Amino acid sequence: MPKLMEVVKNDNLFTSGHRACAGCPAPIILRQALMVAGPNTVVSINTGCMEVVSTIDPFTSWNVPYIHEAFENSAAAISGVESCYEAFKKKGKIKKDMNFIAIGGDGGTYDIGIQALSGAIERGHRFLYICYDNEAYMNTGIQRSSATPYGSHTTTSPAGSVIPGKKQKRKDLTEIIVAHNIPYAAQASPAYRNDFMKKVEKALACGGPSFINIISPCPLGWRFNPDESIEIARLAVQTKFWPIYEAENGKYKITHKPREEVDIEEFLKVQGRFAHLFKPENRHIIDEIRKDIKYKWDRLERLERLYSD
Amino acid sequence: MPLLLSGNEAIVEGALASGCRMFGGYPITPSSDIAEKMSLRLPKMGGKFIQMEDEIASLGACLGSSLTGIRSMTATSGPGFSLMQEHIGFAAMAEIPCVIVDVQRGGPSTGLPTYPSQGDVMQSRWGTHGDHPIIVLVPFSILECYTLTIKAFNYSDKFRTPVIILSDEILAHLREKIELLKEIDIKVRNFPEVPPEEYLPFDSRYLVPPLAPYGKGYRFHITGLVHDETGFPTADPEKVRSLQERLASKIPEEEVRDIDVRYMDDAKICLFSIGSIARSALRAVLQLREKNKKVGFIRPITVWPFPYDEIKRLSRDLDVIYVCEMNMGQIVGEVERAAECDVRFIGKADGTIISPGEILHNVSI
Repeated sequence: MPKLMEVVKNDNLFTSGHRACAGCPAPIILRQALMVAGPNTVVSINTGCMEVVSTIDPFTSWNVPYIHEAFENSAAAISGVESCYEAFKKKGKIKKDMNFIAIGGDGGTYDIGIQALSGAIERGHRFLYICYDNEAYMNTGIQRSSATPYGSHTTTSPAGSVIPGKKQKRKDLTEIIVAHNIPYAAQASPAYRNDFMKKVEKALACGGPSFINIISPCPLGWRFNPDESIEIARLAVQTKFWPIYEAENGKYKITHKPREEVDIEEFLKVQGRFAHLFKPENRHIIDEIRKDIKYKWDRLERLERLYSD
Repeated sequence: MPLLLSGNEAIVEGALASGCRMFGGYPITPSSDIAEKMSLRLPKMGGKFIQMEDEIASLGACLGSSLTGIRSMTATSGPGFSLMQEHIGFAAMAEIPCVIVDVQRGGPSTGLPTYPSQGDVMQSRWGTHGDHPIIVLVPFSILECYTLTIKAFNYSDKFRTPVIILSDEILAHLREKIELLKEIDIKVRNFPEVPPEEYLPFDSRYLVPPLAPYGKGYRFHITGLVHDETGFPTADPEKVRSLQERLASKIPEEEVRDIDVRYMDDAKICLFSIGSIARSALRAVLQLREKNKKVGFIRPITVWPFPYDEIKRLSRDLDVIYVCEMNMGQIVGEVERAAECDVRFIGKADGTIISPGEILHNVSI
């Protein structure tokens, strides 16, 4: 964990005054990431909530160089910046050590932006990609994405009397990224601040491409009270819906193991997007979600054991 | 029973009434509610709504489903329309029917996501590379959002071509009362009259060869490469020329061209506009007519193919045509090519509507 007394000096790199919805944890995520990264950081961002709310004329929340290119290509944009930095560095035209961070929501990362992200990782650019995963296209009005969980209601996977929300299971993007043989990939939650900031520190120090997928509960899209965001981010981890773990050079480590079993219903029942699952005819979906969670958790534990020797 | 619908909703009604049963889409403001409505309505009709991973895939899925004989549509806005250009060219080359709704917003790039523009007029014609036929329809009312969608599907099937509906943010969320049609004239695509072994998917004896749907025993090759009648790639100049010439002439312009002409009999001045801005232009014309000014109104409903002949004919007795469009000057160039009178431009691309007052302010009589 980076020293808190040190990192708070960088509290002004992503400032307040942005227009994020009440209770949105994504600005907290960005602020904490930049606290660790420090002022010598370049940020590129995909089109999405955080792009829209952080740069409304004549204001900006960003006290670091910032590029918004298009919906899908923050990883491509940062590739160009990082390559030129390396060239300048080699020629001695720049002395500073710089960090490069690309940011995207789940739509811009899991769906339209996966090509740019995969390409940048394969080419080996030194950058950290942070996906703030609010599990749907919240910026355009809550349409399903490939990060939207099974059974969830969105405006393009509406829950009705016949179809009970999203019929497909979410894409496991973190595992796809690990499969790139990336030096550092992790999942995090804003409820575990120290864990997240430590992961940012590790990611930036890994010397190559790195990736952090952090869950970002959305009060509007998930339908809960704005004061519950962090609590729901905590429940996501406690119910093992969103395990927080890292894969360092492929070596898995679950960074927080819940001490006691908390059933997935505790996570689902506090969100309006899952309300229909509690009807008797949809209960089987909750069972299915529970089964998937167990499968994935067991798999993670096995992977962790595999590398513990 | 009349319905109070937005432009986006009217497009959905038109598509469903036309028998569209497949929608491949991706969220983008200001078109997202078309996808949302489709996701609610299509499954109930035995149709398919698929949310794809981006706009490239959205149109790709529509082309795949269209080849099975299902009427297919996608809807997007500027940035997504840019991504679709590759597949629009493919649809033109492989002659696959599909309907693409472009709800225009300010551009270029991410532009003005929640504000209107008419900046995609030229892109809708030439956005994809290479010579290609295309039909672009521009509604100016909620009723036309409905009726032109029906027309788009018919043209698309009849001429085996992508058809683009150019709406914009104003029409998308404007609401008007409309009466849905009780009877819809649906022209389905031609089915081959020959047995599978004699079938040529790009039979040059036809201007628009019949298209066999997948699954009916007709095996054929589809490619984006230049191909001969069998569908297989060729670079033989004679065959290439034959294909290019057929593609260039397959859409009968006189049949497809549609133009709304009003108050032109004695007009000396004319306001020319398309889409939502034509509403402002028409209001301006009415206000000038009240003052006994001899002002006419021209609005192409089919903007591509462009009505050059009609403009040429109509402009002969005019002193000046004012072209009003919500961009920095796109369709005005086409009017200049055709008109035999002065052509002046009233336009802007600042995200705000061109009001009747602004038009009147710029018209000198």
